[in-house]
Amino acid sequence: MIKKEPFFWITVSCGLVIMAFILIPLIQMLAAPSFSILKETIQDKNVVRSIWLSIYTAGLAALFAFIFGTPLAYILARTSFRGKQLIESIIDLPIVIPHPVVGIAILSVAGKGHWLGQIFNELGIRIMGSVTGIVVVLTFVGLPFYVNAVKNGFESIPPRLENVSRSLGASMFSTFARITFPLAWRSMLIGIIMCSARAISEFGAVVIVAYHPMIAPVLLYERFEAYGLRYSQPVAVWLVSICLILFLVLRILTLRSTERS
Amino acid sequence: MIGIDNVNICLGEFDLRDINLTIEKNEFFILMGPTGAGKTVLLEAIAGLIRVDTGRIAVGGRDVTPLPPEKRGISIVYQDYSLFPHLTVRDNITYGLHFNKINKNEAGKRFDRLVDELDLAHLLHRLPTNLSGGENQRVALARALIVNPQVLLLDEPLSALDPGFREELRKGMKKLHQHTDVTFLMVTHDFSEALSLADRAAVMDKGTIKQVGRMKEIFQKPESTFVADFVGMKNLFAASFHDTKATIDGLEVDLGRSPDNSHGYIAIRPEDIVLSTEKLSSSMRNSFRGKVTDVTDQGLYYEVSITVEGVIFKSLITKSALFDLDMVEGSDICLSFKATAIHTF
Repeated sequence: MIKKEPFFWITVSCGLVIMAFILIPLIQMLAAPSFSILKETIQDKNVVRSIWLSIYTAGLAALFAFIFGTPLAYILARTSFRGKQLIESIIDLPIVIPHPVVGIAILSVAGKGHWLGQIFNELGIRIMGSVTGIVVVLTFVGLPFYVNAVKNGFESIPPRLENVSRSLGASMFSTFARITFPLAWRSMLIGIIMCSARAISEFGAVVIVAYHPMIAPVLLYERFEAYGLRYSQPVAVWLVSICLILFLVLRILTLRSTERS
Repeated sequence: MIGIDNVNICLGEFDLRDINLTIEKNEFFILMGPTGAGKTVLLEAIAGLIRVDTGRIAVGGRDVTPLPPEKRGISIVYQDYSLFPHLTVRDNITYGLHFNKINKNEAGKRFDRLVDELDLAHLLHRLPTNLSGGENQRVALARALIVNPQVLLLDEPLSALDPGFREELRKGMKKLHQHTDVTFLMVTHDFSEALSLADRAAVMDKGTIKQVGRMKEIFQKPESTFVADFVGMKNLFAASFHDTKATIDGLEVDLGRSPDNSHGYIAIRPEDIVLSTEKLSSSMRNSFRGKVTDVTDQGLYYEVSITVEGVIFKSLITKSALFDLDMVEGSDICLSFKATAIHTF
């Protein structure tokens, strides 16, 4: 056998270090709590409520991203215009802004001192310390992940397919429904997974806008502050496991349909 | 059938300028030109996929300029065929039937006829990814024709195929055209394809139409150096004219006629130049002695360059002729051509 060069061994060892770096803490955390503590934790109503709140607010954020983000992603993928790069950078802004800053920014328009806040007030919508506020924050941080994933999906569909469809008599809407959507839905699903995964992990922005009602990361933080590591670990295990299972199910669904076509 | 009136399209880095074209019903019309000439842009403008800035496009006497693509009755077949990858061959072919009000009986008849004519029966349940290039092309043609369009636009439909296949599919397309009353408008940059398929053609370059006419006319009487070059006129010279003679760099050529005042070029097709070891005592008005400066193998033919008083002529001869004439670089040779073989413009 040909002797491997030192460079090969360098690449392998770097890879192993990274694997260990990611996996050891996660495995340690998952393995630390005993089974009885885990059982006790999931019977705690506060824990269940916060995990459920995390999941459904993240899901709502993904739903908003889907409804408002899909047309935008389509336009960005299909047209070129002056200032398009500017718009793309604006969409990426929530990724690069520090999370507490996001919370502060949202609160600063939600108060009565701002005309938007006044409109919300008159409509009876409360942002501060409400589920609405959590969903707003999660949508804010999750949107870029959805828009970018779906934009890439649309870009990979040749515009000529749509042209042919139009020339055969299909309206713009029929073309989207019969050609573009069936070819792009997988990237939409990936966008939804990315967006909700990002939303579920949000802590910094949410803790500023809504400490209560408590989403799982905030509960986790509170338990850690009040009781220490041992009491926050089981909550973390449940949160991570439930999220992983959800994403795994979505992923399997997408893979299955890939194989079929 | 198709009337294009003073169409201008500005796409930023690329423009189509003053396009005027009339295409007759059931014609096989070809748009020729090098890459980047604007052929596909014009095709998409006719289909309504690109907006026209000024001018008017009419199809079958109806002004379609403000109409969206789905209301024009024009089908398009792209170079890559653009079959819908998530639909089977059958669903691809019948796609257009969803949007056109055709009774089931008639739709079924059309489907059966196209499947039969294009030999697609064994492919109907397959997905496009599993098809060969030629099969893809036939499915795309069937999909485009099932809606009975007034016009079928074809964007280089043969260029993605193996050369060996092309001939067969070219014949298939010609037959298809003869069997329908659809007007075919095809884009190509391949001149031989155009010659074998088209009734008439237009040559485009840099967003303008350079010449429109019957294929033979374009081939034999190019109106500009660009067209001459494009259709393969190898012997193209700037010349000055006096009476019935033309002078190329001091070499006098007999035209047998007075050319138009505005003309400044002459062109002779390489296959019209006859080579011989001795001067020919025939009806050919022009006969010169020269030296062979280059012989290149072009597959079926040899291209021979002959210098006569500093002017380089090119001629095409067969391998056996090359052998008979015993020609190598540097040997003396006689070249002759008829006055009627000289084209001026």
